[in-house]
Amino acid sequence: MGRTVAEVIRDTTRHHLTHNHGLFLGQCVTAVGWIGGTVPAMSEAEGIVELSLADVTNAGIAVGAALAGRRPIYTVRYQGFMWYNAAPIVNYAAKSKDVWGVPCPVFLRAIAMEGNGIGPVASASQHGLIMRMPGMPVCAPMSPNEWTEAWNWFMRHDDPLYVSEHRRSFTIDYEFENRIEPEADITLFPISAARLNAVEAAKALRQEGIICNIQHLMWLKPFTVTDEMRGSLSRTKLGLVIDSDFEIGGPSRSMAYDLMHQSGAPVFALGLEDRSAGVAESLDNPTPTPERIVRVIRQLVRSGRNVPAGATIE
Amino acid sequence: MKSELEQRTPAFGLISDVANTFSNDYARKLFAQTCFNHFFEFEVKKAYDRGLMKLPIYLSVGQEHIPAAIASVFADCLIFAQHRAHSVYLSFGGDPRQLIDELLSRPTGCARGMGGSASIHSPEIGMFGHSGLMGDQVPIAVGAALGAGKPVLTVMGDASAEEDYIYGALGFAVTKKLPVLFVCEDNDLSILTRTPVRRSWTLCGLAQGLGLPAVDITDDPWLIAHHVKQFSLQLPAVINIRTCRGLWHAGSGCDGPPEWDRFALIKDTMKMLGLERDALAIESDTERAVQNLWVEQLRKS
Repeated sequence: MGRTVAEVIRDTTRHHLTHNHGLFLGQCVTAVGWIGGTVPAMSEAEGIVELSLADVTNAGIAVGAALAGRRPIYTVRYQGFMWYNAAPIVNYAAKSKDVWGVPCPVFLRAIAMEGNGIGPVASASQHGLIMRMPGMPVCAPMSPNEWTEAWNWFMRHDDPLYVSEHRRSFTIDYEFENRIEPEADITLFPISAARLNAVEAAKALRQEGIICNIQHLMWLKPFTVTDEMRGSLSRTKLGLVIDSDFEIGGPSRSMAYDLMHQSGAPVFALGLEDRSAGVAESLDNPTPTPERIVRVIRQLVRSGRNVPAGATIE
Repeated sequence: MKSELEQRTPAFGLISDVANTFSNDYARKLFAQTCFNHFFEFEVKKAYDRGLMKLPIYLSVGQEHIPAAIASVFADCLIFAQHRAHSVYLSFGGDPRQLIDELLSRPTGCARGMGGSASIHSPEIGMFGHSGLMGDQVPIAVGAALGAGKPVLTVMGDASAEEDYIYGALGFAVTKKLPVLFVCEDNDLSILTRTPVRRSWTLCGLAQGLGLPAVDITDDPWLIAHHVKQFSLQLPAVINIRTCRGLWHAGSGCDGPPEWDRFALIKDTMKMLGLERDALAIESDTERAVQNLWVEQLRKS
């Protein structure tokens, strides 16, 4: 059995602090669990810097540390807090190279979580918030190798990188394989935790004779429509992007647009509903569940080719 | 009785005879840099008024001696300022030709035309550009001090000091004992809204509440240099400098004479130091040199 995502993050962080003169910045880092086991138990002298609860300030501090050449790993424990943290990141780190030719490489770990009554602010992925601004690539790794790929990309480049993590990935110790079948009815393009739910939904749909191709998406920006994606869509003539971020104005619709234009096939989008999550379980607004994905795919496969692309499904 | 915020005079916090604690040679150099900044800004104004610049400009006229004073005693630092920073750039050794080119939107400008007046920078002198988000240079400066472990200067205005992240930045700097000199050029105006309209507290009160050394003073350059020298040994620290913006927030207009004319007062001090003739020579030589520099640079296509 391989290492989990959490173990990969922890070991990589330790190496960065020990060998690269790197820094790790975050809030409540040494609290219970060391952020899901992703942070090595190291001291401030070794590079683990506990920040105060001043989110906007903290993002600025991370930017300054990057300008000073420390390639900081800046961790935002709840991705919903990116609404505070985004300002220095998108206005400085992401623009520094374009405006002044000065690199500002921050590795921004923004961690999504959901369920357990986490409520309307702290829950959900928010990678769409960053994707709409120039200057910062965005990825959402869910496996050990994917996280390592993101890290290696960061170390090979001098750009900041937004890494949309999901707590559900931390225990994952396997890799995801794209699924291509000749008789598939639809091609799914799931993102972040939606990938886990899409795999589950595809299993359930197979029982009723609906076959799903799956193209796992890790790099969200820049987003490249591959030959494999185009090939799959040319056969299924129907696609669905599924995301842990909000659907309206979000990455799922944006990427569906790209896929549609490059393949000619109708591609739909499914993400979080356009409403605030409640704390009660029945009022939560989570990543589309397997059941919800199943319902939507059923509808699309049976009548979807008649549904105008971009129309709200369900 | 005036509130603390309204105590604005050219002698506020002044130490008598402070100029005499510095050498005459120091005074000549300080005055020369002040003159350079002063006349440079008036050349910007001339070019702007001739329609040669198609961008907003933020002139430091009235405040141009502050960075000259800081740079005279606080060197080898990283610098994070915001708009109205032409004089910061020049005082710390930024290339004036590249600044002229930047203001003329030329690719040979210090930010290749991307920054304009508000977002100038110079890697050669350790000066980083400003994004345009007021005050965001302050937490970034604190992060740079954390990362680089060397002294950092950050310059803000009295309005930027109200941004919520300034509090967090001051708090983090004092908690981690980071070598940051926070300077507030307090011209009492956010565009045209006076400070007492916007807040009841002072930056120094806030800083002292957090445990930082802080002083609130007028903009006499010898006084500034005196405090900067002292604070450079006990960073982080805050200096709030009451000063007068001579021209509009953006552009080259003027709403009337400033509360006080520091440039004239500096010349009075030079006279008091027995350096009147030196000052006259420095002023005229520098004015001519700056004018020639602009003529030469404008001639380039």
